[in-house]
Amino acid sequence: MKRVYIDRHFCIGCGLCELACLTVHSRSKDLAIAYTVERPQGLMSFKKVFRDGSMCASTGCRHCDEPACVEACIAGALTKDPATGRTVYDPEQCVGCMSCLMACPFGAISKSPLEDKIVKCDRCVELDMPACVQACPNRALMYEER
Amino acid sequence: MLFKPTDSYAHDFEVHRDRDACIDCKVCVNQCSYGVHYWDENRKKVMHDSSQCVGCHRCEAMCPTDALRIRRRETEFKDNPLWNSKFIKYIYKQASTGGVLLTGMGCPTDIPVYWDRMLLDASQVTNPSIDPLREPMELDTFLGAKPNSLAFHKDENGKPVLDTKLTPQIKLKTPIMFAAMSFGAINFNLHVAMARAAKECGTCYNTGEGGLHPSLYEYGDHTIVQVASGRFGVHRDYLNAGVGIEIKVGQGAKPGIGGHLPGEKIDARVSETRMVPLGSDAISPAPHHDIYSIEDLHQLIFALKEASEYRVPVAVKIAAVHNVAAIASGIVRAGADIVTIDGMRGGTGAAPAMIRDNVGIPIELALAAVDQRLRDENIRHKASLIVGGGVRCSADVVKAIALGADAVNIGTAALLAVGCTLCGRCYTGKCPWGIATNDALLAKRQNPDVAAKKLANLVRAWSHEIMEMLGGMGLNSIESLRGNRDKLRAVGLSAEEMDTLGVKLAGR
Repeated sequence: MKRVYIDRHFCIGCGLCELACLTVHSRSKDLAIAYTVERPQGLMSFKKVFRDGSMCASTGCRHCDEPACVEACIAGALTKDPATGRTVYDPEQCVGCMSCLMACPFGAISKSPLEDKIVKCDRCVELDMPACVQACPNRALMYEER
Repeated sequence: MLFKPTDSYAHDFEVHRDRDACIDCKVCVNQCSYGVHYWDENRKKVMHDSSQCVGCHRCEAMCPTDALRIRRRETEFKDNPLWNSKFIKYIYKQASTGGVLLTGMGCPTDIPVYWDRMLLDASQVTNPSIDPLREPMELDTFLGAKPNSLAFHKDENGKPVLDTKLTPQIKLKTPIMFAAMSFGAINFNLHVAMARAAKECGTCYNTGEGGLHPSLYEYGDHTIVQVASGRFGVHRDYLNAGVGIEIKVGQGAKPGIGGHLPGEKIDARVSETRMVPLGSDAISPAPHHDIYSIEDLHQLIFALKEASEYRVPVAVKIAAVHNVAAIASGIVRAGADIVTIDGMRGGTGAAPAMIRDNVGIPIELALAAVDQRLRDENIRHKASLIVGGGVRCSADVVKAIALGADAVNIGTAALLAVGCTLCGRCYTGKCPWGIATNDALLAKRQNPDVAAKKLANLVRAWSHEIMEMLGGMGLNSIESLRGNRDKLRAVGLSAEEMDTLGVKLAGR
């Protein structure tokens, strides 16, 4: 199963992955509108770049084989799709208990700023290659089988 | 000009930010290592200070909305061919610093580019051209001394057996090598990339004077190790790590002067490799303190041959200067197997502007003069010629080989392949493209996987083009072009220039 991997030795902290994520998950699919209009309205990037001195890394959901978030979910909103390997989030089912947020050992789940729901990577269902990987200028993000 | 010196207006570049396109995402802020772009907390938007801009175009390349343009600053001094803006700014700068003007990369002054004044031949009607996609085309190049003659005897089955003992050769699959750029001047990631690309293309890279990191010994078959005046990182294993040893006497960008790698660039890995203390300046003296004559050079060449048990050829690299032909002759007579000549447009990590722009001669003239002198003295076969310093494309390589070179070094072209924009601020150690820097955050910008691919692509593309040009001339081997100046014709050159180049006027 292909996953998004980060090589932190070559993440340059530019943040283009965050912008790409924001764009493909926006209504407008337009970076300028997504960033300046939709983001203040609650649109969030599923990727987060951490920077500390010379260290930086772009992080996000790892779509774990045995996801702690799925186990913790009380409403059946988080499920593991055996066909694609994705950890799928269904906001309709979500009751906003935030158990998954606390259970995720990687801090890959965020609370939506607008409603009692979570925000989590969907691994770009509609794209062959996730947007963050496509946008990475230094091949620090890789989408591959390991 | 609040809080600024009055001469700070005279800077070279100006940032143009399209405010309609800019979304204040701060990518430019985190990419600029010179502090040009910054987040203004009061205005809540990204602002810039053009006076710090070096014109590297990193922000322009990374801006996701194409909102940035870096342009030459429009402020223009009154037209004056003598006192042009370059010299006015030099004087302003030196009047405030009192220091030597430092620069990086090769000489940008308007000296004639002889490559552009020489044209190549092609076959028509009487001698067929060759299609390199359908017929074999040989770019294999052997560097090292060749014997005066070959002697054979026949074995009991009547097969010829070579009696002549051949001297060591470096075998290349293409006559293009990566020029000496030291680990320290450029960072570890690029050394890894050059080593991998050299291996992939069947050619060599040169360590430069900064030693060889132990993890790169595995690429030894594609490595030429350099011994320079500072002797950084030179030890027995190092000398035996590669397929050739190069004694660096001079560098085209700064003939006659040494090198100075500032302490800030000496991190743990550079310190370990160069065998110098962490954070201390690594200073290469201007001369080798043990070479003051051809006889001294002879001693060093043979000391290195002894140390490497006569297993690898020894090269001597000099800058192209006025009496280059006589010097090269002396070098060959001193026992060098390869002479490397670096022309005045060759790059550098740091050189005084006055030296870079005014000392030395163009490589085309130096190469022609050296090749002719060695031929006249019947010693051309005793050494191979490698040239560098301003080789921009595969046609330049072909012209260099027709003028007499065995192979060329590409340094600036290799750096351009990995993103360099020739901003010329290598000496600051803040290269925003992650090339001439050992800053941990900046050096990450060169992912060896990406960089190796680009370098290998460049060499492969040039090699294909060289084959096309050879085929067009009706040649099927690079050997047939070597020193074949009949394949060159000159345009717009004086009789003396054509005489020095050994090239006829077009139409003759």
